[in-house]
Amino acid sequence: MLLCGLSVLAMLVLIVYELVLRSGPSWHAFGFRFFAGRDWDPVNEQFGALPFVYGTLVSSLLALIIAVPLSVGVAVFTTEMCPKALRGPLSFFVELLAAIPSVVYGLWAIFVLVPLLSGYIQPFLAKTLGWTGLFVGPPYGISMLAAGIILAIMIIPIISSITREVLMVVPQHQREAALALGATRWEMIRVGVLRNARAGIMGGIILGLGRALGETMAVTMVIGNRPEIAKSLFAPGYTMASVLANEFSEATGNLNLAALVEIGLALFLVTIVVNALARLLVWTVTRGQPSRANA
Amino acid sequence: MPETGKSTALHTVPPIALRRRITDHVMTGVAVLTVILVLVPLFAIFAYLVYRGVGSINWAFLTQTPRPVGEAGGGMANAIVGSVFILALASVLGVPLGVGAGIYLAEYGRNRFGDAIRFTADVLNGVPSIVIGIVAYSIVVLYQKHFSALAGGVALAIMMIPTITRTTEEMLLLVPQALREAAYGLGIPRWRTTLSITLRTATSGVLTGIMLAFARVAGETAPLLFTAFGNQFWNLRADQPTAALPLQIFNYAISPYDEWHRQAWAGALVLIILIVTAVAAVRYAVRRGTFGAA
Repeated sequence: MLLCGLSVLAMLVLIVYELVLRSGPSWHAFGFRFFAGRDWDPVNEQFGALPFVYGTLVSSLLALIIAVPLSVGVAVFTTEMCPKALRGPLSFFVELLAAIPSVVYGLWAIFVLVPLLSGYIQPFLAKTLGWTGLFVGPPYGISMLAAGIILAIMIIPIISSITREVLMVVPQHQREAALALGATRWEMIRVGVLRNARAGIMGGIILGLGRALGETMAVTMVIGNRPEIAKSLFAPGYTMASVLANEFSEATGNLNLAALVEIGLALFLVTIVVNALARLLVWTVTRGQPSRANA
Repeated sequence: MPETGKSTALHTVPPIALRRRITDHVMTGVAVLTVILVLVPLFAIFAYLVYRGVGSINWAFLTQTPRPVGEAGGGMANAIVGSVFILALASVLGVPLGVGAGIYLAEYGRNRFGDAIRFTADVLNGVPSIVIGIVAYSIVVLYQKHFSALAGGVALAIMMIPTITRTTEEMLLLVPQALREAAYGLGIPRWRTTLSITLRTATSGVLTGIMLAFARVAGETAPLLFTAFGNQFWNLRADQPTAALPLQIFNYAISPYDEWHRQAWAGALVLIILIVTAVAAVRYAVRRGTFGAA
């Protein structure tokens, strides 16, 4: 049994070891320049990962901007507002979203979301918000925006189920106290519930971010896969995970492979940090210890 | 804190300001709106999936291998079987290790070292699946010199283990201490107690965890891209490239052919049916409380 337990640790060590070992050549050739370079040219063996890092960050942030208000709203509704009978089915449906495989999201995005974007949503955004510079360019549908939206749909179940858990451990007397002081229901939620659950909700959001950063298939299918940095969200982009998906099995030469593995290593390290942070936040809340953030 | 309250006499209820009452209603409305906005894509996806999928599934789809572009017909039979094959490999590798690690954590891991493993498992759960694919590629494919079903199985097993570990632990911890003590009292050694009493009692819970892990990896595509790789033909050898349903869906979805799009939808429907059945079965089993009361 100890052996099995050790195997969990061994897996982590193995992952780190393999990634570090295989990315060695690229590390030696480029050093830190790797993450500052904009050229991705397998033919001339020039590799810079900046466009991928940029794409990953922007698509994930976009997803968070869309998903956070929605997931917190759903969690608040299911724990504080909705009739008991609705609670079970509602959380079941939201969790069903988590059971849909990434590739099916991608399929749906290609054939439903992308036409919808290029036909209606993008022209609308360009007309109303075009002056920001974020929504300009030809409305092809395939874009950073599409990736952000599909990512948002995919991380909503994670954020909302963790938020729900955290809201449920907020002591009942907090709610009763707020109501007794004459608060309306929304004031009770804001002062008595949300404020107490801040740390845990933050944990859920970070966990969702972790998922968004590493999400591969659905993003690869709609982001356009062009390694360029563009300000407009209508332009195609490329993420770290999708360059791995597209190029790893056809990498030419050692350096190309090493560069790709280095992207994988970076992705791994970032998600490890993000997840560890989130776990710590969620643990401190749901383990019953009052989190220090409570004023 | 709301400004009302303190000075109010007990018998007069303070009138809630109109503005506050409106805010309350507005926020309730906003919450309902978020629920609708979240559920719309869910139903849209399912509705469209069923609409496109049902029209495309037929006997040939379930029994034939892919045809070349331009020829009508053909199916994904080899991919369905391939998926089952890879998942079986993954389960054979992942389930014993995961359950074992869970037992360790629950029965022997109430200490610092156990916490470290627990934390590692949680963190591993969040590692992007594509990174797991790279690792499986470097530990299996590079030594075998070619893509294989085994590499795919290893990748999926690495993804299953953390989930199974944590759920097994949780389920074992629900088994009452008195049961263990009764076994010790009868002079049964600790390992025997764990296997025949504790694990036995928690069987349905542990199975639930395994099913959840299974459902989670069943739809994974990213780690299979450069491990199992895909195959247009039948393959049941662990050391050869193998077709898998999610891979086939991906390849067909990004192709420019209508016929292949149609089949991608059919494949997606088959995949979803498999996964949703598993998840629903799990929920049903949990609700029946087959062991919770113990």
